[in-house]
Amino acid sequence: MSELLVRAGGLYTTVQDTGRFGYYHMGMPPSGAMDVYSAVVANMLVGNPDGAGVLEGTYVGPTLEFTDDRVVAVTGADVPVTVNDEPVEPWTAIRVGSGDVLSFAMIRAGCRAYVAVSGGIDVPVYLGSRSTYTLTGIGGHQGRKLVDDETLPLGSGDGSARPGAVVPEELRPELAGPAELRTVIGLCSYRLTEDALASFLGTDWKVTKDADRVGYRLRGGKLDFTDREQPFGAGSDPANVVDLGYPVGSIQVPGGDEPIVLLNDAVTGGGYATIGTVISVDRDRIAQTKTGDAVRFTSVDLDTALAARRDRRERIERVRREITR
Amino acid sequence: MTEKIQLPPARYEYGGDEFVFVELDQAMSLEANFAGMAVTNALREEAIDGVVDICPSNASYMVQVDPDRLDPRELVEELRRLESTVGTLPDDYVLKTRVVDVPVLFNDPWTHETLMRFRDRHQDPDATDLEYAARINGFDSVQGVIDAMTSAPWIVTMLGFVPGLPFCYQLVPRDRQIQVPKYVRPRTDTPERTFGFGGAFAVVYPVRGAGGYQMFGMAPAPVFDLSQSLPDFADDISFPNANDVLRYRAIDMAEFEATRAEVENGTFRYRIREVEFEPAGLLADPDAVNRELLEVLYR
Repeated sequence: MSELLVRAGGLYTTVQDTGRFGYYHMGMPPSGAMDVYSAVVANMLVGNPDGAGVLEGTYVGPTLEFTDDRVVAVTGADVPVTVNDEPVEPWTAIRVGSGDVLSFAMIRAGCRAYVAVSGGIDVPVYLGSRSTYTLTGIGGHQGRKLVDDETLPLGSGDGSARPGAVVPEELRPELAGPAELRTVIGLCSYRLTEDALASFLGTDWKVTKDADRVGYRLRGGKLDFTDREQPFGAGSDPANVVDLGYPVGSIQVPGGDEPIVLLNDAVTGGGYATIGTVISVDRDRIAQTKTGDAVRFTSVDLDTALAARRDRRERIERVRREITR
Repeated sequence: MTEKIQLPPARYEYGGDEFVFVELDQAMSLEANFAGMAVTNALREEAIDGVVDICPSNASYMVQVDPDRLDPRELVEELRRLESTVGTLPDDYVLKTRVVDVPVLFNDPWTHETLMRFRDRHQDPDATDLEYAARINGFDSVQGVIDAMTSAPWIVTMLGFVPGLPFCYQLVPRDRQIQVPKYVRPRTDTPERTFGFGGAFAVVYPVRGAGGYQMFGMAPAPVFDLSQSLPDFADDISFPNANDVLRYRAIDMAEFEATRAEVENGTFRYRIREVEFEPAGLLADPDAVNRELLEVLYR
C-alpha cells in the first residue's frame, strides 16, 4: 500500500476536502478546506478531482516524506517550500520520488498552506467526506491533527498530473492586508444601534489569538445594542436572542466588543445575535489571515455575493485551462 | 389555556449566499415552533434540488442552499408560499412523531462536583444550580422544580451548537415555563450527558466540553454515539430528531447504574412510541394532550 510519511505534523495540519454536507441540522458543521480556492487549485495541479483529500497546514506546515513516485503541489499561504532542502516553487506541480522530503519554512504572508499529492490523501470517507472535524474527533486522519512520525494512505493517481504546470501570478490569491470581507448585513442586525452598525463597518478589526477553524475572534471596537425588553426565552443579556441557527460565515458580537466570525467548523447555533454573514468566497480570504492581521467588513447585497461566487468559479476554470494547455 | 400568541410576519434574511434564515418571532413560543415545523416539514417533502439542509430552530429556521443549483431568491419565494399555505398551522394539522422516555438522575454526584468547581462563575455561589432554579422560579424546594420539569413532556425544538445536542421546550403554557439565566461566565467543563437548562430550554450535552447552561442532573443514556454501537444509533450518530417529544423522568441511583450497565454492554434501548397529535389541540388543552402522550408512552 502506498503511504505518505509524516516526519513532522506541523503546528495544526489536518486532512480536508470540499466538506461534509447534509448534517448541519443535527449540529455538525461542514468542515472542509478553509481556503477552498487554494485547495481546489492544488488538487488540479496534481491531476486530482477537485474534491480529493488534501493537507491543510496552519502557520507551520508539516514535513512529509514520499515513498513512491508522486506529483505534489503547495498552494495557499506564501511560504518557502523545499524538497530535500532545495527551494521549490509554490503553485507548481512538482515531481517527487521515494525518499524525497517536502518541508516548509516560516510563513511570509497568509496563514494556511495546502498540500495536494497525486492520488489524494486517501483516508476513509466518513459521512460522505474526508474532512476532519476535530471538535468531536471525526473524519480525516483519526479525527485529529497530524502528529510526528505517522503515515497517511495515498490513493492511486490516474496519471493526468502534469509536472511543471504553474498557476500564473494573476490567478494566485491576494494576501496583502487588510483583508476586505464582503458581508451581507442582516439576520439579527436590528439588535445593533445604527451607530454601532456603521462603526462595525468602519472599523479595522484585529484578529486575536482565538482564531481557528471554528471561528475568528476580533478586537478593535465597541458596539452598542438597542435597548429592549428581552423577548421570552432569550435570556437577559442584550446580546442574547432565542437560540437560533448560525450560518457558516455569520458574525456575532457577544459582549459588544468581540465580533466572532464562524467558519468551517462552526458551532451551528446558539443564543447570540448574528448581525451578518461573510460571503462564501471571502471565507477563503479570512482563512488566510492570522493573529494580529487586520480585517474590515464591507456591506454587499446578495447579487454581489452570487457574482463573486461566479467569478471564483471562472477563475478556477481559467486555472484548469492554463495548466492543462 | 392562556391567550393564543399571534406571530408577527416572518422575516426572511440571506445568511450570505449559502443560507436563508427565517425568523418567525423574536420570542419563544410553541406557536412559533409549530409554524416553523410545518414549513420545514413541507419543504423537506418537496425535495427541491439545491436545498442542501433544512435546520429547524426554536422560533426560527434556516435552510442551507447550493446557490450554483438554486437561487436563494427563488427559495425565499417558495418559503413565503409555504408560509402562506401551511405556516399558520391549520387546526386539523396532525404531527406524526415519536415520544421517548429519557431517564435523568437529578442532583447527581458528577455534575455536583463540576458545578462546585465553577461557583465563582454563577449568579448564586452559595446555592447549587437546582436550588437557585427552584428559588427564582418560585418553588419551595428542589423537589418542586424537579416535579415541574418531569410532569409534562418536552418537544425538541432545535438540534445544534454541537452535534446531537437537543434543545427542548416544555409542552406547557408560557406562564408555567421554567426559566433560568445561563452562567454569568461560561464554564470550561461540563460532563458528558449533563442535563442542563438555560433560558426556557432543557438540553442533554452530547459530549464533555465548555457550557453555560445550569447543571441539574445526568442522563445515563447517550444522545450521541460516534461508535454507533447501540441499536438506537444504527442509522445515525445522533439520537434526537427535531419534533421528538421527550419525557424527562427522574430516576434514582440504582436505576442510573442499571441503565449505565445496559449502555456499557450495548443492550440499552430508549422506550419509544410512535405518536400523532394536533398542535392546535395541544395549545388549547395542554394537560389533556400531555396525559395522552404519556399514556401512549407507558402503555
